[in-house]
Amino acid sequence: MTADFRLPAGGRIDRDSALRFSFNGRSLAGRTGDTLASALLANGVHQTGTSIKYGRPRGIMAAGVEEPNALVQIAEPFTEPMLTATTVELYDGLVADGLSGYGVLAAEPDPSRYDAKHAHCDVLVVGAGPAGLAAALTAARSGARVVLVDDQSEPGGSLLGTDDNLDGRSSDVWVRDVITELDTTPGVLRLDRTTAFGAYQDGFVLALQRRTDHLGFDAPSHVSRHRIWRIRAKQTVIATGAHERPIVFADNDRPGILLAGAARTYLHRYGVQVGRRLAVFTANDSAYLAAIELAEAGIDVPVLLDARQEVPPGLSAECAARGIEVHPGHVVTGTEGHDRLTDVHIGPFGGGQADTVGCDTLLVSGGWNPAVHLFSQLGGTLRYAPETGAYVPGESLASARVAGSAAGTFELTTCVEQGIDAGRAAVTAAGFTPAAEARVPVADVRAEETAAAVLWRVPGGADDRAFVDLQRDVTVSEVERATGAGLESLEHVKRYTTIGTAHDQGKTSGTVAAGLVAEQLGANLAERRPTTFRPPYTSVPFAALGGRDRGELYDPIRVTALHDWHVAQGAEFEDVGQWKRARHYPRQGEDMHTAVLRECRAAREGVALMDASTLGKIDLQGPDAAELLDMLYTNMMSTLKVGRIRYGVMCGIDGMVIDDGTVIRLADDHFLLTTTTGNAAMVLDWIEEWLQTEWPHLRVFATSVTEHWVTVPLVGPKSRDVLAALAPELDVSNDAFGFMTWQDATVAGIPARICRISFSGELAYEINVNAWCGLALWEALIEAGEPYGITPYGTETMHVLRAEKGYPIVGQDTDGTVTPQDLGMSWAVSKKKTDFIGKRSFSRAENLRPDRKQLVGLLPADPSVLLPEGGQIIEHDHLPEPPVRMLGHVTSSYDSAALGRTFALAVLRSGRDRIGEKLYVTKDDEVVAVTVTDTVLYDKEGARRDG
Amino acid sequence: MQLIPCPWCGPREEVEFHYGGQAHVDYPAEPAALSDEEWAKFVFFRDNPRGPFAERWSHAAGCRRWFNAVRDTRSYELLAVYRPGQERPVTT
Amino acid sequence: MTADITTRRTPLDGWTSRFAELAPAVRLTERPFRSQLTLRLRDAGRAAAVSRVLGVDLPETPCTFNRGAGPHGPVEVAWLGPDEYLVLAQPGLQRTLESALREAIGGTQGGAVVDVSAQRTTLALSGPRARDLLAHGCAIDLHPSVSPTGTCVQTLLAQTGIILLVRDADPAEFLLLVRASFARYLAAWLVDAGAEYREEPV
Repeated sequence: MTADFRLPAGGRIDRDSALRFSFNGRSLAGRTGDTLASALLANGVHQTGTSIKYGRPRGIMAAGVEEPNALVQIAEPFTEPMLTATTVELYDGLVADGLSGYGVLAAEPDPSRYDAKHAHCDVLVVGAGPAGLAAALTAARSGARVVLVDDQSEPGGSLLGTDDNLDGRSSDVWVRDVITELDTTPGVLRLDRTTAFGAYQDGFVLALQRRTDHLGFDAPSHVSRHRIWRIRAKQTVIATGAHERPIVFADNDRPGILLAGAARTYLHRYGVQVGRRLAVFTANDSAYLAAIELAEAGIDVPVLLDARQEVPPGLSAECAARGIEVHPGHVVTGTEGHDRLTDVHIGPFGGGQADTVGCDTLLVSGGWNPAVHLFSQLGGTLRYAPETGAYVPGESLASARVAGSAAGTFELTTCVEQGIDAGRAAVTAAGFTPAAEARVPVADVRAEETAAAVLWRVPGGADDRAFVDLQRDVTVSEVERATGAGLESLEHVKRYTTIGTAHDQGKTSGTVAAGLVAEQLGANLAERRPTTFRPPYTSVPFAALGGRDRGELYDPIRVTALHDWHVAQGAEFEDVGQWKRARHYPRQGEDMHTAVLRECRAAREGVALMDASTLGKIDLQGPDAAELLDMLYTNMMSTLKVGRIRYGVMCGIDGMVIDDGTVIRLADDHFLLTTTTGNAAMVLDWIEEWLQTEWPHLRVFATSVTEHWVTVPLVGPKSRDVLAALAPELDVSNDAFGFMTWQDATVAGIPARICRISFSGELAYEINVNAWCGLALWEALIEAGEPYGITPYGTETMHVLRAEKGYPIVGQDTDGTVTPQDLGMSWAVSKKKTDFIGKRSFSRAENLRPDRKQLVGLLPADPSVLLPEGGQIIEHDHLPEPPVRMLGHVTSSYDSAALGRTFALAVLRSGRDRIGEKLYVTKDDEVVAVTVTDTVLYDKEGARRDG
Repeated sequence: MQLIPCPWCGPREEVEFHYGGQAHVDYPAEPAALSDEEWAKFVFFRDNPRGPFAERWSHAAGCRRWFNAVRDTRSYELLAVYRPGQERPVTT
Repeated sequence: MTADITTRRTPLDGWTSRFAELAPAVRLTERPFRSQLTLRLRDAGRAAAVSRVLGVDLPETPCTFNRGAGPHGPVEVAWLGPDEYLVLAQPGLQRTLESALREAIGGTQGGAVVDVSAQRTTLALSGPRARDLLAHGCAIDLHPSVSPTGTCVQTLLAQTGIILLVRDADPAEFLLLVRASFARYLAAWLVDAGAEYREEPV
């Protein structure tokens, strides 16, 4: 079919262009400037699909975001579901299909780029229609920083869909002049194709900019397809216009039934006639203009039905002059046609002589709903205006004002005036002196002659075919069923019927539903609460919200200074918080199990090293540092001598372990603490919280130095030899450099701080150097250790080594419900200190219960069975019917090279009293017999730590 | 994205802040002197009013300072912010 | 065996060519190995002594920094908190400055000095699109009227914390300080953010 319905002239489309596209398998032609909907209508295609519940044919009803029917799925260039044909700009090669309420997500990753950008302004204007343009211009002339967003491909708003004149010239001229001035005024950011979809506190507005969709296959890949603008505005002017609402009647959903204003838009903006023979049904003056203008364009408009008894005299006369019969007090009572409207049944409102008019198109107008979404999102209250049957903004907000038809003003000159006023008020509130009063252009638009009537539906028809929400297929009958069931609140009716919950969020159905419910309840709409508008105003792709936080940028990856070395050695990594830590270094053909056994053996029998740089490190300086540490740790730190190191446990005020680590005393008033990798930030925050809020009198300063240092534990009986080779000036003997002491020395020419700390039970030196020199140190250690078979090991081996020694890991063997006593660490809890954080909680009855879960070791009866971490400990030798008494669970479980068997750590009720008992651990659908043991399974005497 | 006015750095996006719970809950001078019940009240119990509530916040991603704020729990509006040690201002 | 300057590694070692792809819309370079010290001052009366060491006054206004030159060459001193400053100086001065500053503040009675030179790395960012690049992930209003030359903010850029110094508001010239472990993430983010501006004629 050729473009039969494209008028020979008019519209804002490029008539020299020729775009090919495909819809529901049909090849069609359109023009640049078309939407998919206007191009379909130009080809005479109204029906886009069928309805979701009843499968009824449905066609294009609107010309913008309020469209309830014309949902489409884009197939080419990239699959995208649930778009409205009325908002898809046409491009060459577009392939789309109509949807019946459900779309299909793409099966492959979206190759497009999405991003976000922050913008700040004094005045944000939403909507570039007459009111918005006037507001933006006023603000810009006052010197304010202005952002103007508009969801259309070009500015003008409602003017794009009319032939209104301003100051005797086409309104185009006025729009062009305003835009030219805005675009040349510094501090103005104008964004087309940008929908403000959410308005929040403190002037924060989110907007979605569709930057390349209209370019179709020609969209450049380096340009983000969509951009989320995060706009922070001192003041916001909401000039978002209004949506026309229909009147509900029997069979009001056939293809060919459109909103009257949409028909004007298709005529003026796209040069498209929506039908050959049109009837018009209205309860207000605005649809007369549609009838008149379409008739002027040469289209047959036989009748206009006005539900009002009193019709506008001037407009009626103009209709008569164009051969349009105006029927006062008449309504549409039903329609005929299947894929397309064929006849309209008409009759007097309230009953009487019925008639039928043959026509392929029916234009309907039930009035206009201001787009109050953003105002409502900001917490603005809405007021029902009985004269227009619409919700309008109630009292104004301090930082947002509404102008134009969004405020319920539908007369063009007044809209512009309101825009100027809103612009002046906004700049004044933002601290500017408004520019001299701009002249208001005078519109030639015919003023409303007769007050609108509010008509939600034509009664007396087939209510089960009178559709309120076309997208959800909800009829008047269903609303009656809801109120009949006793539901009164609109929120309840909405949930009961699903009205307003579809993709269009009830833009054409919400107010009508409110009216119907009030009507059925005999209630006054003005006294009833409307439903709440929540973001987003229109649907926003998740890809756009995700933006560039995809792939390697999804979540920050923290790496140590030695990361590249680990990668080059083929290390497998594990995530610890945001850190990538080398988990093990598999050699050719090794799985993790084999690699870890080898690494463990090296640490216990030779020498091994690991990257422990991720450990949190906090520098603590001040005369009261020791006093603070005595409060922070359960054990006594003030007695620690300079040059020495002490292990410490930190608890919350509830007495539960929150972290552990070592404390190094560098000087009387200078300490260095280490924290677990995952808790570094938490512990620093914890210290600052106490220092700043409870004990500001303590003279202590805490500074994070985590990344300033690279930390390398050198572990194993041969570690002393390796260190001695690299630090010839250092006496590494046990007498000169004892356990839990530190020394500064030069290692491989690098200034280093070396600590005799062991997390494995083996002789070990933890070497700390400035991170810039970390790689040099590491490589020197590897080289010097080569004769001893030095082996890098990862976190998995570290876990096995420490577990063999019964050292718990906070966050793995603890879960926030474990006290130091539960861990068997009463030795680390000072009896001498009068107070420290957590102390008072230790004597709470709950914490003294003998049946608390305590840390123990578990040895599976079968030494080759690896217990699952998280496995429940029970007393039964089989899995009984639930409920099953659970005694605790496995927290760590490994295969040990040193023990030649598997083992586990677990928290177990009355665990220490159960040592020697035989219990069972669930594994898959079976139970595994285990013996409860002490936590220390290797080198109980601690003979190995000094080498 | 709400703005929270740091008493030092000025208004910043809420993601820069950490919440610290109810303000003006002092660590007891002598925990050992408290009964289990009194101690539990300090450890576990906090107010949850509908309306103005004095809270502690930390400008975690900024100057890392703790401060107090009176926030209306109905509207999230911050009625006042003040530095530690300062009196809770009168808010309406 | 000694570690000379050639064996030191900055967190963004090897990124120079990727940063160069951003030019000319954005110029991004790492300023490696700069001396950085955290200075905590309990005794405000010691500020003058600190100024004498640095040749620059401590910034009194929150979210600002001062720059100048003194006995130890060019120095920037940034306000990080009511009693907290970050001293930025030429490479190799951290030990000298640490002891000079500690003396100036009167030891730990007067405050604290910590060498944090390797804790963060420094990126210099300039060019006609530098401000746009930051606006993709930084919520701070960097308009010259709001963030003039001398502004220093600690905030978030993308998903990592940064210290941002406005060395010059117009034409835009920024310093970004980022924790060493986050440096590659931020570098990758910045390079990716610049994808669009690379293609633009300037």
